[in-house]
Amino acid sequence: MRALDNLTFEVPAGKIFGFLGPNGAGKTTTIRLLLGLLDPTFGRVEVLGFDSSKQPDEIRARTGALLECNGIYEQMSAEDNMEFYARIWRLPTAERQVRIKELLTQMGLWERRKELAGKWSKGMKQKLALARAILHQPQLIILDEPTAGLDVMAAMSIRENLASLADSQGVTVFLTTHNMAEAERLCAQVAVIREGKLVALNDPDDLRAQVGGYRIEVRGKGFNENVLTLLRERPEVSTAEVTSNQLIISLSEEVDSFPLLDLLVKAGVTVEEVRRGKASLEDVFVTLMEEER
Amino acid sequence: MIEDILTVMWKERKTILRGRAISSKFLQILLFPIILNTVFPITWGPDWVTDFPPLLSAIIIPALLLAVMVPDSFAGERERNTLDTLLASRLPDRAIFFGKLVTPIIVGWGTAVSLSLVSLIVVNTAYGEGELLLFTPPIAIGILVLSFLSSTTMAGAGILTSLRSETVQEAMQKLLTLFTVPAVLVQVLPLLFREQFAAFMRTADGLQLLFIAVAVLVLIDIGIFSLAFTRFQRSKMYLH
Repeated sequence: MRALDNLTFEVPAGKIFGFLGPNGAGKTTTIRLLLGLLDPTFGRVEVLGFDSSKQPDEIRARTGALLECNGIYEQMSAEDNMEFYARIWRLPTAERQVRIKELLTQMGLWERRKELAGKWSKGMKQKLALARAILHQPQLIILDEPTAGLDVMAAMSIRENLASLADSQGVTVFLTTHNMAEAERLCAQVAVIREGKLVALNDPDDLRAQVGGYRIEVRGKGFNENVLTLLRERPEVSTAEVTSNQLIISLSEEVDSFPLLDLLVKAGVTVEEVRRGKASLEDVFVTLMEEER
Repeated sequence: MIEDILTVMWKERKTILRGRAISSKFLQILLFPIILNTVFPITWGPDWVTDFPPLLSAIIIPALLLAVMVPDSFAGERERNTLDTLLASRLPDRAIFFGKLVTPIIVGWGTAVSLSLVSLIVVNTAYGEGELLLFTPPIAIGILVLSFLSSTTMAGAGILTSLRSETVQEAMQKLLTLFTVPAVLVQVLPLLFREQFAAFMRTADGLQLLFIAVAVLVLIDIGIFSLAFTRFQRSKMYLH
């Protein structure tokens, strides 16, 4: 079975790069390739200027990872978890203590550092894992669904930390997520893969315009088949659909919405609210997955 | 490299001794060896310091202790989802391998030697009568060497079975199978060979038997370590 198929992309330095795809698309395999934990059967992987097959140690020495499972030793205290990885990264003893304190304080975990990590909530463990991943100030951080299963506040806190890493410290972040709103908010560029193949690579805004196109959302009453037929006959309209009192008109190009609204009113529609915009990244993702089918 | 090995050993020590579940398991496992080295010396008498039982104890204690402890090394990390992150770190393969191998050897060896000393205190308390009873030099050397080799053999075999096991239980089953094979093989050896071997064992003196035991364990260790080290490759540690 081919896990990845002619996958080619470049991650911009100092930015957050979103790597999106459904379950089984090849995201975890890609991460293992990037970390030099697997060798590609064909092609090559270069990370931070190092070949992942020939210089995996160089890559791992400069990278921090928070993988699908957080990798926290639950039978050890939070402080010992950090201490272990600080020793792995060979931080000098004095610097080690300062850095651990700085990160645990920043994540709001310092007061509870002596507790066994196994007794913590998932959100706290995830924050600890993120602190561990950035402990040695890596040039690149690889994060595999860092906010999966977290409550809103914990996820927001992790996102803030990530944004700050890229913005203020210039760290490159390679992020996989199923949360499209998160990718839309954080990522400077996103790649979408399916069955190991790259199906899209772009800035989220451009991708939304490119794949999802422009659209008008109309909330109101009187959306019947006749109205939809009239809309679909218009050349600038790609699709027109009604979902729970909301009419969504997808446009093939960015056009003035007034003629369309005029048409709706004349057809007897009561318009309560109109919103213009691009499709969300989630819509784009769904479209891309359906296109591939 | 040494620093990295020590780092892995530091973590292994923390997880063995700090984790509440593991430490209670550790104490349960130690219960039988403690009884072995306190009750047996009393029933055996002052000959304990010159006879073969302390040598058997030196072999059995690390074997018992490590049979439960070592399968956890890789399979336990895999089961608790900590292995992937460890492999994604900058630690060299050799540091992970030797760090995980050396820790149980020290624990097994240290425990066996400590309990031998405990048995010596017990014998002196019970039968000393003002005179200090010490192991004879062959027995003392035998305890040190055999407990070390027993630890290395069990640690090596435990690591070998743990490397590709998904769970600790699977690793333990494999380890049990590994140690059942020689017993089965002995049964299929020609009868004449078995009779000659039994006759030799009856006539051999203690020192000869000690050398044979040492030679056999060293050979097994070399085989097990080579195989385990060859099988330890980062890319092959992913079972899915």
